[in-house]
Amino acid sequence: MRPLLTRAVRPALPHLLIIALLLVLLYPVAWMLGSSFKSTDEIVASLSFWPRHFTPGNFAQGWAGTAGTSFAVYFMNSTLIAVGAVIGNMFSCSITAYAMARLEFRGRALVTGIAIGTLLLPKEILLIPQYLIFHQLGWVDTDLPLVLPKFLAVDAFFLFLNLQFMRGLPRELDEAAALDGCGPFRTFWHILLPLMKPAMATTAIFTFIWTWNDYFSQLIYLNSPARYTLPVGLRMFLDATSGSDLGPMFAMATVTLAPLLVLFVLFQRHLVQGIATTGFKG
Amino acid sequence: MASATAESVAVRPDRSTAAPGLGRRPGKRQGGPAFILLSPWIIGTVGVLAIPLLYSLYLSFTSYDLLSAPHWVGFANYRRLFTSDPRYLHSIQVTAEYVVTSAPLKLLAALAVALLLARPRRGQGVYRALFYLPSLLGTSVAIAIVWQGTFDTDGPFNGFLRLFGIRGEAWVSDPNYVRWVIVALAMWQFGAPMVIFLAGLKQIPRELYEAAEVDGAGPWRRFRSITLPMLSPVILFNLVVEMIGAFQAFTPAQLVGDGQGGPVDSTLFYTLYLYQRAFQFQQMGYAAAMAWVMIAGLGVITGLLFWSAKYWVHYGD
Repeated sequence: MRPLLTRAVRPALPHLLIIALLLVLLYPVAWMLGSSFKSTDEIVASLSFWPRHFTPGNFAQGWAGTAGTSFAVYFMNSTLIAVGAVIGNMFSCSITAYAMARLEFRGRALVTGIAIGTLLLPKEILLIPQYLIFHQLGWVDTDLPLVLPKFLAVDAFFLFLNLQFMRGLPRELDEAAALDGCGPFRTFWHILLPLMKPAMATTAIFTFIWTWNDYFSQLIYLNSPARYTLPVGLRMFLDATSGSDLGPMFAMATVTLAPLLVLFVLFQRHLVQGIATTGFKG
Repeated sequence: MASATAESVAVRPDRSTAAPGLGRRPGKRQGGPAFILLSPWIIGTVGVLAIPLLYSLYLSFTSYDLLSAPHWVGFANYRRLFTSDPRYLHSIQVTAEYVVTSAPLKLLAALAVALLLARPRRGQGVYRALFYLPSLLGTSVAIAIVWQGTFDTDGPFNGFLRLFGIRGEAWVSDPNYVRWVIVALAMWQFGAPMVIFLAGLKQIPRELYEAAEVDGAGPWRRFRSITLPMLSPVILFNLVVEMIGAFQAFTPAQLVGDGQGGPVDSTLFYTLYLYQRAFQFQQMGYAAAMAWVMIAGLGVITGLLFWSAKYWVHYGD
């Protein structure tokens, strides 16, 4: 009797262990989702993540925001900045990678070396001088400091990603294109860029997520409530209510994370593979 | 970052292997188009990286409050950091304690779960993605707020402890515990290094394990003598990435703590103190000096890790 039992149970054990771990791990997210439908009293009183009395009014109350600025404004600002950053990185990293990986010119090794060297530059060292320069230009409290650099291929992670991917594409493509009379620009646009789709997708998804979650630089550069993004707006909401409106606050936390959860569901395989092949941090 | 240094070495052979006459006519340079395509990068590297870098070095030797022009003070900022700013020294201690606890614990969790997931079984892809999810959300303000709520006195963590008759503490407002709440938040995001460990585990040839099993090696022995050495380059990579990331932590310190480094400066992380000096006290020169000390520290630690590699990292044959 015993061997039969063990044969039935043993393969299930790792699954049970994994599922138990996942329940603990994802509990805070579930709790946030549940709490966004609870009254503030119930959040404090109950351990269960499932709301006893559904309070969808949290969303309306939270969405109204604080001091006359609604979350619609924050959501719009976050979206504009994130989409701008995505377009910037896709454009600048692909053309830069193409030039560094495929074109013949003097100083190519040096230029590529510098580009890769900038991978090692921590952003803290640039924070203050960049702020002062943007301050001089009168760009503080605009989106420019957050979006414009993305069009200048200074996000070394993504440049590196595109460079590596471009190097993996067969050289024969360029040679065939050259024989057919294609110049460098047409070769890039018609031959290589279509093949860059996986690298472009990884660049786009991760640029979006990182910009969406970014708090530090948005906190520094955006000063007026009409300019705030979701992370900054959520922080201000927390300060303004000093934790007394937990229900609406969790509702807005949920709204902030909703686009990421949607991206996760749509692209989970791509996200995980992007991490595995490039060695990104999350 | 590990791959970055490997990469700069790999640049050279790439050029030498470009055999002449293979489609690219010798002598025909593409300098013009290259210059056009590289112009955004050149503007960016000069304007957003190189000039700010030099400017920041200059500022670190000045006193600058944004109102009047910076004036030269020599090494005064650096001297003051180490001789008459106890909060600064304290912030180094807080950060160092955080780095040496959070990075190894996170990697331990990552490795343990990676080993659990390594064997192909049904649902592996979904499991892997779900374990990765916290890494995707974890750096956000929303999660930092949720985290604070989870460990609040009336939060679900204490509610859970109550089920076992344990009375929980005020984890977030107690200076002895709040740093562990932040370490837990870092550990929670073990998914990203876990995915990298999984990719590394896949690279280990199965025959090694089969041969070891034939020789009578048990699971622990196989782990110690095959898995660990074969995985050591990936461990080094993850360790460098996680330690550097931990040094730069800002959002959790600002949002799980009280935002000013409290309670009683127990969450005064390096970046948080730098932020205060620069953007709350407008001491740009002083903060620039802080940034340069930080970079030097990061450089030394990364250097030490790579130096230590020759004693414990196994680079195949």
